[in-house]
Amino acid sequence: MRRFVLISVPYLWLLLLFLIPFIIVLKISLSDTALSIPPYAPALDWAEGIGAFLGQLDFENFVWLTEDDLYWKAYLSSLWIALVSTAFTLLFGYPIAYGMARAPEEWRPTLMMLVILPFWTSFLIRVYAWMGILSNEGFLNQLLLWLGIVDTPLTILNTNTAVYIGIVYTYLPFMILPIYAALDRLDGSLIEAAEDLGCSRLLAFWLVTIPLSRNGIVAGCFLVFIPALGEFVIPSLLGGSGTLMIGKVLWEEFFSNRDWPVASAVAVVLLLILVIPIVLFQRNQQKQAEAEQ
Amino acid sequence: MQTAEFAPWEDPQQKPLIRFQNVTKRFGEFTAIHDLSLDIFEREFFALLGPSGCGKTTMMRMLGGFETPTEGRIELAGQDIGPVPPNKRATNMMFQSYALFPHLSVWDNIAFGLRRDKKSKEQVAARVEEMLKLTRLEKFSRRKPHQISGGQRQRVALARSLAKAPKLLLLDEPLGALDKKLRQDTQFELMDIQETTGTTFVIVTHDQEEAMTVASRVAVMDEGRLMQVATPARIYETPESVYVADFIGDVNIVHGKATASGKEQYRIDWSDTLPPLTATSAKPFSDGQDCHLAIRPEKVAISTERPEAADNVVQGTVHDIAYLGNLSTYHVALPGGTIIKAQTANTRRISRRHITWEDPVWLSWTATAGVLLAE
Amino acid sequence: MRLSWFNVVSLTLGFAFLYIPMVILVIFSFNESKLVTVWAGFSTKWYGELVQNEAFLNAAWVTVKVAVFSSTLATVLGTMAAYVLIRGGRFLGRTLFSGMIYAPLVMPEVITGLSLLLLFIGLGLDRGVLTVVLAHTTFSMCYVSVVVSSRLATFDRSLEEAALDLGCSPMEAFRLVTLPIIAPAVISGWLLAFTLSLDDLVIASFTTGPSATTLPIKIFSAVRLGVSPEINALSTIMIAIVTVGVITASLISKRSLVRQKKDEQQAIRTQ
Repeated sequence: MRRFVLISVPYLWLLLLFLIPFIIVLKISLSDTALSIPPYAPALDWAEGIGAFLGQLDFENFVWLTEDDLYWKAYLSSLWIALVSTAFTLLFGYPIAYGMARAPEEWRPTLMMLVILPFWTSFLIRVYAWMGILSNEGFLNQLLLWLGIVDTPLTILNTNTAVYIGIVYTYLPFMILPIYAALDRLDGSLIEAAEDLGCSRLLAFWLVTIPLSRNGIVAGCFLVFIPALGEFVIPSLLGGSGTLMIGKVLWEEFFSNRDWPVASAVAVVLLLILVIPIVLFQRNQQKQAEAEQ
Repeated sequence: MQTAEFAPWEDPQQKPLIRFQNVTKRFGEFTAIHDLSLDIFEREFFALLGPSGCGKTTMMRMLGGFETPTEGRIELAGQDIGPVPPNKRATNMMFQSYALFPHLSVWDNIAFGLRRDKKSKEQVAARVEEMLKLTRLEKFSRRKPHQISGGQRQRVALARSLAKAPKLLLLDEPLGALDKKLRQDTQFELMDIQETTGTTFVIVTHDQEEAMTVASRVAVMDEGRLMQVATPARIYETPESVYVADFIGDVNIVHGKATASGKEQYRIDWSDTLPPLTATSAKPFSDGQDCHLAIRPEKVAISTERPEAADNVVQGTVHDIAYLGNLSTYHVALPGGTIIKAQTANTRRISRRHITWEDPVWLSWTATAGVLLAE
Repeated sequence: MRLSWFNVVSLTLGFAFLYIPMVILVIFSFNESKLVTVWAGFSTKWYGELVQNEAFLNAAWVTVKVAVFSSTLATVLGTMAAYVLIRGGRFLGRTLFSGMIYAPLVMPEVITGLSLLLLFIGLGLDRGVLTVVLAHTTFSMCYVSVVVSSRLATFDRSLEEAALDLGCSPMEAFRLVTLPIIAPAVISGWLLAFTLSLDDLVIASFTTGPSATTLPIKIFSAVRLGVSPEINALSTIMIAIVTVGVITASLISKRSLVRQKKDEQQAIRTQ
């Protein structure tokens, strides 16, 4: 009896507030736009029964997504932006994680805390900080002008470059932590053994360190790529009108155009795109967990 | 220590404290216990001995109430305890990991079970003090488990499980985490405490020396079955199977065919080139039956000259010598390649040093030294 | 181990990249000028204005209220869920259950927000503090359950069995043994849920109504129009609170670790 209560309370909560909302999204994505409140038809009417309701569904919104090139361009551009920023995050994050793992034992907790600290700080504030730096009369341009590197201020804010910078900056801890965890576990004598067997430093790094931190790299990349794909705050604050990201499109479809069925269809497609990396990520985590046993 | 008269298992009038009746336990496809029956009597110190995975821990967890038998019945003092949850059982358990509550002091750990019984403050305090004294932990009562040594933790775990004065105390590898020297001291301590409190102890162990030292009876288990249940001396001297003989202590096993050669006496043909051996056995063997002769190394004498009168004599060369300080074990290779181990006590300093590698030696033993086993 | 120059450079540049933007943000919150990017002398006037800005204060109050309620509820539900995941054994729909625990962690916020909004409309719930609390509880309980279940997974099960063996009912065993031992994980779960709730813009925007504007929503609508020194001042305060909190927490945990090590050494010596 107690066990039943223990299981059913969180179970029902998640069913009601997580699973059912998805079914509603799926359902609305298959309805028509209507000038009513709520602005779609057929309205959610449980009394009518499922049979009646299935009869009225159509895939018009999904067809619409393929016809209007705004949407598929947004999906492609989201994928591209997420991919490029993940690559840059890895490029910046790996040396930091490596440096941390090589640092003296007594420094490591402090370095760890320094990586985690930004994570506890408001995401919005961290993105906002870059607005002041990247604007035309911002800190970065002032510095570049003063150094004489450029004559006229560079336009960085409201471009895709600013979005890349924002994503790399905010998601860097997600990349560093799993890689650091993998490198920290790495037995130092393995490198020594490789060098003893005739590897140069660099070759030992390439043949031993990188393959053994592979799980950390994969985990870090997914932890950056997955949320970056649906990112909304960064493109809307740092990106320009030309920055197309699907999270922003969904937001505008919903709040500005009030086209709920299309917004729902956008969400459903985004979810379908995300299923692949999420499944790959889960498999990687599982493999790692098995390897540790 | 056990008095010579303490042998309730030989008295048919005695009612057992615990009775396993045709108990089977399955985990999914895996059968951990096969149709097992066993009686354990009051005031016994009973050891379940076997390699890991033999089902001994499952037996103990069924007694504690953490597993229920798939088939069969377990009785405690005549009452079926199958449906009784662990918190309502008159048994207590000392866990292998000790399972001391890390957030509570030694005192509070020992008082934990007593407080569940709604005893008065004074009663709890008196009992805790008594337990602290029994286990010589008075000085450490205010400490947390991580502030005391491994041996002290072991005693706290014992005190905690004894505090409620259970009818039956279950000990799961209680000394496994201690180093060898401390383990030996603690074994005697455990026996003293068992004696003083008069509690029935059931101990699970994979260490045969430990089982032999502490227990009044030992049950040797393998793959969910009881191989033999008997006193330590009987287990050692008259094992009922090759498995038991081999599991307990060091042994030479010679495989051959038995032929009756007198009253309870058999000739064993075991080699094409070497003469047959002679052994006695109360158990009958038919002529030509496959048999195994198990001889303990300490019952095999080693000498450089051929001994005059001996039932069994073989010659070989010394292949290896293991010097253990108090004992030396000689591995002697016989002409066919068989290795026979012989053990001698080093009663004199630098004795028997005249026997060394590659020396030709004679091995001898009496007809009653070995046990003849069918399987 | 000695650090090579490469490691020193990468660590220095890395941490500079992580921290310089925030340092600049903090510095310019003390700028006299309205222009955030041009230094015109030290002043604390933006803090003064912030304190008098009732819209911000109201939003802050709403945010804290939502965060306290949702993180507390999420901690209770998340701990239950973790217990079910680790100790629940097999039950009908276990795979679905663990899927629902892990899915919100990787779900884009826009989708979570949209779907919850559609649910609240379907149920006819008025949007406000209640709906935001429900939404925040739902996604943060998953984070709590991940934190707590990783602690429970390494928890020595025989401790619970010992409690049962000594006469505890299952509830008592949880209250007297399990909970005190996993308490640090439960507390970090609560803190995580609290921070997530304080921080959330997207889900709150979808699920709130005009009566309950949270601080992130307020900040977002303000910064959309461009940088402003008042927001810098607000950010500085929030950064300061987090920094002090995280440093205190890590010092406390470091001290207890040191003490434990000392105790253990002493135990070995007095053996």
